[in-house]
Amino acid sequence: MPSDELAILIVDEDRVRATIIEDGLREAGHQRVTVINSTQEVARRITEIAPDVVVIDLENPDRDRLEHFFTLSKALHRPVAMFVDRSDAAAIGAAIEAGVSAYVVDGLRKDRVKSILDMAVLRFNAYSRLQRELDEARTALEDRRVIDKAKAILIKQRGLSEADAYSLLRKTAMNQNRRIVDIAQSLVTAAGLLEP
Amino acid sequence: MSDLRITAGFLPLLDSLLLVVAREKGLAATQGIDLALVRETSWANIRDRVAVGHFDVAHMLGPMPIAANLGLSPIAVPIVAPMTLGLGGNAITVSVALWQRMLDAGAPGNIDPGPAGAALRMVVAGGGPRLRFAVTHPHSGHNYELRYWLASSGIVPDRDVDIVILPPPLMADALAAGTVEGYCVGEPWNSAGVASGAGRIVTVKARIWAESPDKVLGVGERWATQNPEALAALLRALYAASVWCGDPANHAEAAAILGGPAYLDRPSELLLRGLSGRLELIRGESVRIPDFYVPSAQSATFPWITHALWYYTQMVRWGDVPHSDENARRAADSYRPDLYRSAIAPFGAALPTGDRKLLSAGTFFDGVPFDPDSFDTYIESQRV
Repeated sequence: MPSDELAILIVDEDRVRATIIEDGLREAGHQRVTVINSTQEVARRITEIAPDVVVIDLENPDRDRLEHFFTLSKALHRPVAMFVDRSDAAAIGAAIEAGVSAYVVDGLRKDRVKSILDMAVLRFNAYSRLQRELDEARTALEDRRVIDKAKAILIKQRGLSEADAYSLLRKTAMNQNRRIVDIAQSLVTAAGLLEP
Repeated sequence: MSDLRITAGFLPLLDSLLLVVAREKGLAATQGIDLALVRETSWANIRDRVAVGHFDVAHMLGPMPIAANLGLSPIAVPIVAPMTLGLGGNAITVSVALWQRMLDAGAPGNIDPGPAGAALRMVVAGGGPRLRFAVTHPHSGHNYELRYWLASSGIVPDRDVDIVILPPPLMADALAAGTVEGYCVGEPWNSAGVASGAGRIVTVKARIWAESPDKVLGVGERWATQNPEALAALLRALYAASVWCGDPANHAEAAAILGGPAYLDRPSELLLRGLSGRLELIRGESVRIPDFYVPSAQSATFPWITHALWYYTQMVRWGDVPHSDENARRAADSYRPDLYRSAIAPFGAALPTGDRKLLSAGTFFDGVPFDPDSFDTYIESQRV
């Protein structure tokens, strides 16, 4: 393609994360962005895509294969380096911390690639944060469910009101120096054991 | 002594054993080290995370520090190997279908690499679809051993057969699916291929190249220089672990520890095969290979300069790097027996008198010796 625009390839099995990065790059004005989710597809399409920059997530168990592939591939006709400036240890560290590895054809100007990498790192980190928050929300929801179950057991077996059931759980937790959800879980498990 | 925290990366393979045992049997703690182990998914991650300092040390492929110091790695950070993590531990496995063709071509059915190679050569010469073999990384003992076996058997790698890169956990499946016809990899992935019914172990590293290293402890040169005491303490812990693992009475316990969910997460029976040298070659056919994996005997953890130089000759042979005195020196300097000697000295164990040794005619299966003092001639004789 007669264009001085960089061709960027994102290899990520996590489709959501790949999309988040792709969006970021497009918003920053990059038009030639390709997302591939499987190693097999990389092998098939590398020549057609002829990427200048390849971004791979570090969790990809196929990284050794992909790396070897880029080193050999005629599509990347110039030698590849990881990152543009090998001496920029802080930037490399930040990328690896975020879970990003990037391969860049040799000879590209540092400033042209740096913004792409910075964007990838930023989006990877944002995605991890999102993932963490989601996990926390999921755990909170699960805790809520267990506590509700325990309250229902107390209401049924002891004839307590909902408010009293909750304060009993809370008081027990405080006395035993445990979390309410742990007390609730013990109660639910014990009730399960007693069931016919 | 206050605890020195050391973070080590490893890949789930049999020879990550010394690191795991050093931690789990309290041998690291005895040396005042709090050893944190982090399981990784690729050698590239191991290499990069050592380079940027996430890992102080790591379980590393023997040629990997050499490759880093020769500028073959994407991140150019000097890495040294002050210790070898045992000898042997690899094998070459082929699909049951290819094994049948090798049998038809006269393979005797043992693990002798010579006749097996001759049979494979007959198969290759007989035509048919080009065979494809997998290894885990270009700069690995697996790649260079496989190539050595093929070349000495009259099969030219890249011309007569293809060699591709594949992560170890995918190898048995690739064999079953027919994506590759064979692979060279560390345990337990050969036994996994056999257990799945897809493969047959044709030969082992210990028969191709006797008493040869596979993984090393890779350490960022800067970390090694800045933390000499921590490194020495770690080497002592690993040495103690190697002695413990070398005692057959401990094999069952070692396999159980290594099979745990934080490490290999595999049945200990599968790990015990490589560890005890009682391997199943193909389902139902067991053999005893006492030197299959040697963690301690024969100075198994000593980082011979000779071994670094042999790997270097193979890197030259297969076009990874051009030969020059400067490159040879960098390769030799990648292995650091000096650090090993000074750390292990307090144990009073008998150590090799020199850092180089002649690999005599009986070392390699094809009977060609390797003299580390005349590697120029060796490289010339292997020119492709």
